[in-house]
Amino acid sequence: MDFDLNDEQKMLQETVTRFVAETYDFQKREHALKTADGWSREAYAGLAEMGLLALPFAEEDGGFGGGGVEMMIVMEALGRGLMVEPYFATVVLAGGALRHGGSAGQRADIVPGIAAGERILALAHSEKGLPRHILAARTTASRSGDGWTIDGCKIAVIHGQSADTFIVSAMTEEGLSLFLVDAAAKGVTVEGKRGYDGVPVATVALSGVHVANEALVGAPGQGEDILSHVFEEATAALVAESVGAMAETFDVTVDYLKTRQQFGVAIGSFQALQHRAVEMLMQLELSRSMSILAALSLDIDADQRSRNISAAKAQIGKSGRIIGQEAVQMHGAIGITAEYKVGHAFKRLTAIDALLGDRDWHLARLAKMRGVYPVA
Amino acid sequence: MKLDFTPEETAFRNEVRAFLQHALPDDLRRKMINRDHLTKEDTVRWQRILNAQGWAVTHWPVEYGGQAWTPAQRYIFQEEMALAHAPEGSPFNVNMIGPVLCKFGTAAQKEKFLAATANIDIWWCQGFSEPGAGSDLASLKTTAVRDGDHYVLNGQKIWTTQAQHADWMFGLFRTDSSGKKQQGITFLLLDMKTPGITVRPIETIDGEHDANEVFFDDVRVPVDNVIGEEGRGWDVAKHLLGSERSGIARIGLSKERLSQLRALETRLAEEGTLDEEEQRRLAHKLAEVEVELRALELTQLRVVAADAHGGGANAAASILKVKGTEMQQRMTELVAELAGPAGLAMPDHDHARNDPDDGWVSAAAPFYFTMRKVSIFGGSNEVQKNIIAKTMLGL
Repeated sequence: MDFDLNDEQKMLQETVTRFVAETYDFQKREHALKTADGWSREAYAGLAEMGLLALPFAEEDGGFGGGGVEMMIVMEALGRGLMVEPYFATVVLAGGALRHGGSAGQRADIVPGIAAGERILALAHSEKGLPRHILAARTTASRSGDGWTIDGCKIAVIHGQSADTFIVSAMTEEGLSLFLVDAAAKGVTVEGKRGYDGVPVATVALSGVHVANEALVGAPGQGEDILSHVFEEATAALVAESVGAMAETFDVTVDYLKTRQQFGVAIGSFQALQHRAVEMLMQLELSRSMSILAALSLDIDADQRSRNISAAKAQIGKSGRIIGQEAVQMHGAIGITAEYKVGHAFKRLTAIDALLGDRDWHLARLAKMRGVYPVA
Repeated sequence: MKLDFTPEETAFRNEVRAFLQHALPDDLRRKMINRDHLTKEDTVRWQRILNAQGWAVTHWPVEYGGQAWTPAQRYIFQEEMALAHAPEGSPFNVNMIGPVLCKFGTAAQKEKFLAATANIDIWWCQGFSEPGAGSDLASLKTTAVRDGDHYVLNGQKIWTTQAQHADWMFGLFRTDSSGKKQQGITFLLLDMKTPGITVRPIETIDGEHDANEVFFDDVRVPVDNVIGEEGRGWDVAKHLLGSERSGIARIGLSKERLSQLRALETRLAEEGTLDEEEQRRLAHKLAEVEVELRALELTQLRVVAADAHGGGANAAASILKVKGTEMQQRMTELVAELAGPAGLAMPDHDHARNDPDDGWVSAAAPFYFTMRKVSIFGGSNEVQKNIIAKTMLGL
């Protein structure tokens, strides 16, 4: 049993935490949100320079072979800064699909561009009118000539408007399958929106889009396996990000309790607020424990991995809601203004709960699996 | 980072498990499973079995009978004890007065009391709370006035657990009321047979008699029975309340209750006691409580790991008492829900709850009721939160 980071992991943590603290303060973030992209190319290039965009990819693909703990370290730091750049979309989601399903040729073709911060990829999977987070699609891909024709519509595509390439899930005769689709391909229409958490999100319509056979990621019908693995890793990453956002929210709130004066005293002297701040601390620490569990579960057997990761996501769904709501409440009116960080953290925590299965969804999954602990 | 215990720790776990399997008497195991009330003789019998093995007072210094175990071993031992349905022994002997004597006792006091305390040849009770001194313990008023080589005690203690069985009491008494209220408190040991002591029972909401009032009417206690110095009893009490945190969240107990809940879930569904909708809701509740338990368990393990290299104050440690007691209460609440109307009938004391199938039904609600105490005693959860706000948050 060991809960300490090794020396390399400590260095990674120091580097990325310092980068976020020094280059991505709240004003920088506000500025990035107002640009045409809605995020900062400069900050993203900074992540690339530190090698973070290559982190989870295998060394033979030009990556660093980072595992769950390294990803936890990075995502927690990005969470502290409420970073809206396409790290999760490109490196974790689309990059995950390439790592788990991509051919050597595809990885050689794409990973260097991701690592350099030059290529933005987005995973287009969710659809309207299907059960949430189901590993199925109404979008179809049918064989035509030497390739495939894809028809359908994808929603909630994170960073879809910035992507040069999509990884699209579609049903084939063999089952759910994944395809690389060029954003500029004929028949692709992207409608970009701003997410309430600041992260750009898009609807991607695919109408008779033709792709070559080489566009298949994995074999036909392999999409479910690939995506289930990708989503579990991505869920662990979101859990870590939420811990970072919770920690930042908690720190800002405790500072505010010490400085805000009302009735002639710091409001932190009131016991009603003290006990609630302590509850926030408890939620943060429980979530931190579950983030570690999720990070260490990525390589264990699939059944227990699913239990652990669902448990972690269920925990942070609850804790994030408590911490976010309490932070806003204790700040009073300033907490609901757009010009203050706490409200934005609350919104990101809300979005994280909604993504990849909220607390209820994961509790339902755990209920079906008969819980978190191995069944004797 | 890794979650696995070392091979040595796993071997230790197996050793503990094997010992408990053969050493714990069946009738005690049965009583524990059915949440039956343990008699004084039950507790003494089990403590002596543990003591013969050298495991009764494991966290005392080795020279006084403790074990040089790592924090992980202490955690494993406590977890295995709970999972095996083994009683915990007397907390007053093992966790309170024993460590105090080891740290503050004179050579003569150690000689007189330590071995007898480990073996429960002496049964101790704790005289801390008073009618006007609960959470605000330092406002206690029971006086000890010096008269030659004795103190003369007058006043009243309350909520004194198992004072009716006790041979001796350790307690806090006011020897000086001129300064700050934390000053002028003296930690004394007294023989419960001393003239002038009256013990009156208090029945609690589970229908049991564990708590008492203890009255002092000119009770004479030799000055040799002071622990530490006169007037410095508050420091001794703080040491007593702040020791040992490898087991503070009581993870093993909650895991044992969880396994009971899982067994009941299956059984009640098979018997048709729960319809499909109730089964679905129960499965969701159990998933919810397991998530919390796993998070708490890992937080406890983070503290155990930190303690292995020095420890010190940390945020994770501060939450264990509050969240651990909430978890224990949640478990008993769920068992009481499952007992439902069949659990209305109180347990019959003339026939111990040894019905292997249905003993749990009548025990469920009383156990739920009595477990409300765990967030009250030893510093209520509200007091814990005050302390965390001050020490961890600087508020």
